[in-house]
Amino acid sequence: MSWTTSRGRVLGLLGILGFLATWEVAARSGLVNQTYLPAATTTLARLGRELGTPQFWAALGDTLITWSVGLAIAFLAAVALGAVVGLVPFLERATHSTVEFLRPIPSVAIIPLAVLIAGLSREAALMVVVYAPFWQVFVQVLHGVADVDPVARDTARSYRLGRYERLRHLVLPTALPYVITGLRLAASVALILTITAELVIGNPGLGRQIEVYRAAPDAAGLYALVLVTGGLGVLVNLATRMLERRLLFWHPSVRKEKAL
Amino acid sequence: MTALARSLVPTLRTVGLAAGLPVLLVLGWGLATQGSQSFYFPGPATVARTFVDTWFGPAFVQDVLPSLGRFGAGVALSIVIGIVAGTAIGTTPWLRELLEPMLEFFRAVPPVALVPVLMLLLGIGDSMKLAVIVSGCVWPVLLNTVEGVRGVDPVLTETSRSYRVHGALALRYVILPAASPRIMAGIRLCLSIGLILMVISEMFAASSGLGYRLVYFQRSFMIAEMWSGIVLLGLIGVVVATIFGFVDRRVLHWYHGLREVARG
Amino acid sequence: MADARTLLRVTDLGKTYATAGRTVEAIRSISFDVAVGELVCIVGPSGCGKTTLLKCLSGLLAPSAGSVSLDGQPVTDPPEKMAVVFQEYGRSLYPWLTVEDNVALPLKARKVPRAERDELVRAALEEVGLAHATTTYPWQLSGGMQQRVAIARAIAYRPEVLVMDEPFAAVDAQTRADLEDLVRRVWRDLGVTVLFVTHDIDESVYLGERVLVLSSSPTVVQEDLRVDLPDDRDQISTRALPRFTELRTHVHEQIQRAKRDEHSEAVEPHAPAAHT
Repeated sequence: MSWTTSRGRVLGLLGILGFLATWEVAARSGLVNQTYLPAATTTLARLGRELGTPQFWAALGDTLITWSVGLAIAFLAAVALGAVVGLVPFLERATHSTVEFLRPIPSVAIIPLAVLIAGLSREAALMVVVYAPFWQVFVQVLHGVADVDPVARDTARSYRLGRYERLRHLVLPTALPYVITGLRLAASVALILTITAELVIGNPGLGRQIEVYRAAPDAAGLYALVLVTGGLGVLVNLATRMLERRLLFWHPSVRKEKAL
Repeated sequence: MTALARSLVPTLRTVGLAAGLPVLLVLGWGLATQGSQSFYFPGPATVARTFVDTWFGPAFVQDVLPSLGRFGAGVALSIVIGIVAGTAIGTTPWLRELLEPMLEFFRAVPPVALVPVLMLLLGIGDSMKLAVIVSGCVWPVLLNTVEGVRGVDPVLTETSRSYRVHGALALRYVILPAASPRIMAGIRLCLSIGLILMVISEMFAASSGLGYRLVYFQRSFMIAEMWSGIVLLGLIGVVVATIFGFVDRRVLHWYHGLREVARG
Repeated sequence: MADARTLLRVTDLGKTYATAGRTVEAIRSISFDVAVGELVCIVGPSGCGKTTLLKCLSGLLAPSAGSVSLDGQPVTDPPEKMAVVFQEYGRSLYPWLTVEDNVALPLKARKVPRAERDELVRAALEEVGLAHATTTYPWQLSGGMQQRVAIARAIAYRPEVLVMDEPFAAVDAQTRADLEDLVRRVWRDLGVTVLFVTHDIDESVYLGERVLVLSSSPTVVQEDLRVDLPDDRDQISTRALPRFTELRTHVHEQIQRAKRDEHSEAVEPHAPAAHT
């Protein structure tokens, strides 16, 4: 990231100011009707007021609960199932075609089903939130378990290391970076899906509040909340990247990661 | 005869491993739904029959084709914008430093949160749906292109400079190919996000399309039809992933070959 | 040869890197001339700035002091009359292009017409013994073969100066001997001027008509040695000559001396500014 240099910080700040100025001018000059695009200052002022209301914090809390519960379920289930499937070659081969079929199914396709089964509730939202991150972590776990160095595996065999020791000293350290990367990707996908579910299903949270402001119509409130969701996404990205760097500072794969 | 049998056994095993679990799952689904007349879970035969009745008719032209058209156009536009802008940003350090915080922010905004914004700005027509798809799909391509263009091996860059390979030629034969593994990774994400946004944008205020149909079936309690819609979306996802895999192997055959050699 | 026209002239070349308030003097002052058609080896202890020197020569890096001129023209950008073969063959060949496309790309940049380009590529690949591998990818070849592709790319470019940066440092001994003979042959067949950077003393004596011994960093030319071995060289008989042994012992001693000087200087490691 270029934020590490002072030149990068100055230019980055200029970029943010430039964006806000363009927005302000576009709205104030009447290039876009202010009913649809309130000025940047109007939106930021509204954001300030929004932060002072209890229902904003309640909505934020709801979103964070749905996100964290969904992420936890997806992560734990994926690690457990992924480890079992990854460690048993027969299971790996037998499930491959099914996994490749289920994985690309867009998670929003199950929204109607979730609503039918669980109504306009957090449980319905969770079905949507869990689906995509589950596959993200699951596939990473499979990659991680498969990545165990064959030479290291043979060495462990020749020294007659037991099953538990092999898992503890061979599989776990190899798979860990993959699992952490999976968690990082899953965390941002889960947040996106949480807000999507709230918007479409209507369970309480920031997403529903956005839809309420759209229908009102309350453009300034709508834009303010969209800014909040973006800020939340940036925070989740930064936090998971920091976690990754803390846990995996020793591993070269931290350098080779792909940007989402 | 024995030679034939010997060559058949591995093939049969592969087919068995690939088809075994799906067949078991469908059988299990059939058995589980046979006795009970569960309202939410129709049996596989019912869903299959409904699938044919629902989608192999006028609905194909009215709903499926427009959806696929919007998806294709949105994704294509995103890929073009992402690669062009990403290359410009990746090769211009000051531009990248200027835009980086904004890009970090925009890619973190849940694309669906922009649906209401774009509805306000653009109304509820096709341009809104296209804008929704592009606003969510462009980021993975753009950011991966930036990273790919920046990550060109310095030895290759120096080789190109010393042989005076500049400008368009360097772009065509050095920079873009070097970035192509990252660009393809971005396109893979772009496709799955695009499919989601296609459905979502049609769930809001539309009168045709797969997303519209799906919500319509759910609200009318047409359960088997709704299931057939979910199956159709799944199939589209799988077909898109298969096509991508095919293109990926063609475009990046050198990359996969190189990695295989490196792995030994 | 001594009275031949000067092709490459390096005058008081110096390079100092400045990073975050700290300056490191990589090259203090290097001067030498290379005449048309010479084969000059540059040898020096590891970390003596050979690669830095080479990047300055080839216009990839701007020197902090002094100048480089090629055929009377100052070098500020990679010159058209020069081709470079890098040490990291695996990274300097384009993995997405076939062997022949790798060789052809610099010619395309120079807008050589198609028919002439094809002929140059074919001849260059034949010269290095790769006529059979035109449509394979570099990564399908062994390390030595890949370096042959890089050499073919340089030959097809028809340079007046061929600069090679430790090109055989990463290949096995047998391949290395073959490639050394290839360089001698190319030099004789094409009449090109060759500047060959290496850390291998035997290689520098076996290959060169002249050997420049560099000192430790901050670098100067410690010795400019003429190699008076017969023109026809052979891996077995040339290396067995008493004169070969004398020359390599001499170069070896020079490099040992350079290393000792470095250690005596190491008493004051962070004061490079005092030297200028």
